Amino acid sequence: MRYDTLIIGGGLSGLVCGLQLQQAGRKTAIVSAGQNAMHFSSGAFGLLSRLEDGTPVDEPLTVLDKLGPDHPYTKIGPEKMAALLHTVKPFFAQAGIPLAGEESRNSFLITPTGNGKRVWLALDDMTLLPDGDSAFGSKALIVNLKGYLDFNTSFLAEGLERRGMKCRIEAVELPEMNRLRSNPTEMRSVNIARVMDGGEAWKHLVAAVNRLITDEDTVILPAVFGFADGAVIQAIREGIRVRTVFIGTMPPSVPGIRSQMRLKKAFELAGGTMLLGDQATAPVFRGSRLESLGTVNLGEVRLEADHYVMATGSFFSKGLWATPQRVEEPLLGLDLYAPEDRNRWYATDFFAPQEYIAFGARTDAGFHPLRGGQALENVYAIGSLLGGCNAVQMGCGAGIAILTALAVADRIINE
Amino acid sequence: MQEQNLSKNNFEQCIKCTICTAYCPVVQVNPLYPGPKQAGPDGERFRLRDPFFYDENLKYCMNCKRCENACPSGVRIADIIHTARMKYSHHTPSLRDRILAGTDFMGKVARPVAPLVNAIVGTKAAKAGMDAFLGVDKHRTFPKYRFKGFESWFRHKAPDQNRFPRQVAFFHGCSTEYQHPEVGKAFVRVMNALGYGVQLLDEECCGVAMISNGLWKQARAHARHNVQAFEKTDLPIVTTASTCTFTMRDEYPEILGVDNKSVRDRIVLAEKFIFSLLDRGEVRLVFRKDFKARVAYHIPCHMEKLGWSIFTRELLGRIPGLDLTVLDSGCCGMAGTYGFKKENYAYSQEIGRPLMERIRLLDPDYVTSECDTCKWQIEMSTGVSVRNPILILADALDLDACRKINCGTEAE
Ligand SMILES: Cc1cc2nc3c(=O)[nH]c(=O)nc-3n(C[C@H](O)[C@H](O)[C@H](O)COP(=O)(O)OP(=O)(O)OC[C@H]3O[C@@H](n4cnc5c(N)ncnc54)[C@H](O)[C@@H]3O)c2cc1C
Ligand code: SF4
Ligand code: SF4
Repeated sequence: MRYDTLIIGGGLSGLVCGLQLQQAGRKTAIVSAGQNAMHFSSGAFGLLSRLEDGTPVDEPLTVLDKLGPDHPYTKIGPEKMAALLHTVKPFFAQAGIPLAGEESRNSFLITPTGNGKRVWLALDDMTLLPDGDSAFGSKALIVNLKGYLDFNTSFLAEGLERRGMKCRIEAVELPEMNRLRSNPTEMRSVNIARVMDGGEAWKHLVAAVNRLITDEDTVILPAVFGFADGAVIQAIREGIRVRTVFIGTMPPSVPGIRSQMRLKKAFELAGGTMLLGDQATAPVFRGSRLESLGTVNLGEVRLEADHYVMATGSFFSKGLWATPQRVEEPLLGLDLYAPEDRNRWYATDFFAPQEYIAFGARTDAGFHPLRGGQALENVYAIGSLLGGCNAVQMGCGAGIAILTALAVADRIINE
Repeated sequence: MQEQNLSKNNFEQCIKCTICTAYCPVVQVNPLYPGPKQAGPDGERFRLRDPFFYDENLKYCMNCKRCENACPSGVRIADIIHTARMKYSHHTPSLRDRILAGTDFMGKVARPVAPLVNAIVGTKAAKAGMDAFLGVDKHRTFPKYRFKGFESWFRHKAPDQNRFPRQVAFFHGCSTEYQHPEVGKAFVRVMNALGYGVQLLDEECCGVAMISNGLWKQARAHARHNVQAFEKTDLPIVTTASTCTFTMRDEYPEILGVDNKSVRDRIVLAEKFIFSLLDRGEVRLVFRKDFKARVAYHIPCHMEKLGWSIFTRELLGRIPGLDLTVLDSGCCGMAGTYGFKKENYAYSQEIGRPLMERIRLLDPDYVTSECDTCKWQIEMSTGVSVRNPILILADALDLDACRKINCGTEAE
């Protein structure tokens, strides 16, 4: 089976790259083994929140020269970075994912513990603030759904009180939720969102919240609304008589899954082929070119393409695989940034920057991954598979996923 | 040091992300079902300590495998669940479960008196009786048994088949034999047009309904029989039903513990087989000029798990005059015999609701699907008829022209 481009991995990076290519008229297929890191999204994308030494960043574009030579942004280059940055919001909007925030300036997202976190763009459920620690209301009513344990209201209240906000915590009991509550393991974000999506449940919630409001000027709800369709979020915002702020919950992330489903849908509507639940295997190389791949499901039928894009993610998605002796890239056997000495993989202090987060594929300046020291000409690597920077420490995970995807799609289109 | 320390059902690989739960169609509608994470890897830890922790509500799992397709860690969730059912369940299958599970036995009994059976099970009184005494939901429409099955039709064709230069073995399955012989007939016509003769096998029901109804011993006997029968030939074993295919390839070894290595890779669905022939340039297709249809493709759960819907899409996509919509992936709710059961009927309809609404809205000439139980569910719920893709191919191909270019005239 032949495609113009074959992408391995259907997370944020693979889908953005695939959608861009398919919309440019390239016949594209994405093979993806399982779901991806979007299901854990905080609801916001990071571009560059801190430098490696921990210095906070407000305007990412102004500090690109401080990044090391291996950072993916350095490989994209400052001009291209600036140009790509302005295409991100329109790109997501046409895929049905409106994003809030300024393209070239970081904002702050309120975390589930009430702290402010530097982020770049946010899914439109989330509220972004211009600074990290001032109050965003004088009195807040924090409302949970009774029986929902993945939203810690007292942590949140503590955090908000540190900002000088007065908080009151309430839980509403909706008859629609009884069915879920009877099975505590299923009182989960996604199941709540499903109940709220259809019918009248959200109206009952709005009415209940409005009854609870006394002198509060802000209502805070967990981000568990709008699984299939974001319309209900807007409806709730309009229905509640004071400003409503949604806060992220424990996974699965409803805003993350919704966005991922939209990207996938847009890709398929554009004519792309998605092979979900299948794993790429058995590469055949000729010299420095990848000739074809197999998959577990397709058996003897091989997938061939002019270009291949590796978007297989990091450890979480098995794009990288660690054994007691070594770290490896299991599909193509790519060269990695990863020290041999196991003692250097991680710091024993859990909260210290962990070196293994920076492990990942080595590439040349054009994102061609290296294999046995040689760049693979018709292969690209994008997203969190890339090594060379500590994306957790620097808060640049989604930025790398999106921008390397767009940069590589451009290269393929203009080749 | 050990490279990996994993049990056969790799529940240790679960990272507790609950992504599986987000994609399970049963959890969405049935509060009694603990959900894939709890029923699968979480519950397994407890059950290994003490079988006391086994929960009979695991029976609500439809084995649709959507959880496994979504899991980022590759946990074989549904296999864990069904292995646990096999190992720990004290539930003895009821008469109803045995009847539903015995798809081939029931066919054999019903066939000689098919018109009678069809008339009786179609009556209100019989439906009420089955509902009250057996627990088969009265809203269900039973698929009609055919008086003459596929095999007896084939007997007249068999001598011709040897004249084709290349051959395939056909596993037709129960529903082709007893309810939809037209599917088998279409298969033979299409294969002949591609220059392939068709041989039948000494087949038994694949056993999927026995697995889901807890009749493990019978299922294992069927599996062993089929594997032995398949070992007697080197021909590709081609099928037209996605669930039989999936069961014989993957459930035989994973759930029933029946080794099928000698035959597994030869068991293939017709659409994949035909696509591979085209891909290798071994056959060519000639389509009729006057074929026109608006078709919606429903991808059955087991087709998703097999990962082969791409072949059906590619084949149907080549038919000029066919306007194809691929329906959003989602379970129809039937899951074999699951939806027949009174205790599942309402859940089954609720699971399938989004799909049915979409089909009603699209109002296609017909729906296509490789699974007969999806067919029953969709036809009953929407009134739109459902056809196996092989029937569409048989209609759209110019069979004579195909035969000419694929095997000259010698087979005529
Ligand atoms: C738990 C978690 C939470 C995060 N939260 C945030 C956040 O809130 N904000 C933020 O900015 N960043 C976050 N990140 C950073 C994250 O890495 C990026 O945001 C981004 O989502 C990564 O996307 P990706 O496409 O590169 O990889 P992934 O999303 O990991 O996707 C990789 C995909 O490749 C598939 N795959 C792997 N191997 C194969 C194979 N052989 N064959 C077929 N398919 C294969 C996997 O199944 C998976 O679907 C988070 C990361 C993790 C792990
Ligand atoms: S999706 Fe997989 S890893 Fe996540 S909870 Fe379910 S079984 Fe565990
Ligand atoms: S196989 Fe289907 S019904 Fe069973 S747990 Fe998995 S998703 Fe749910």
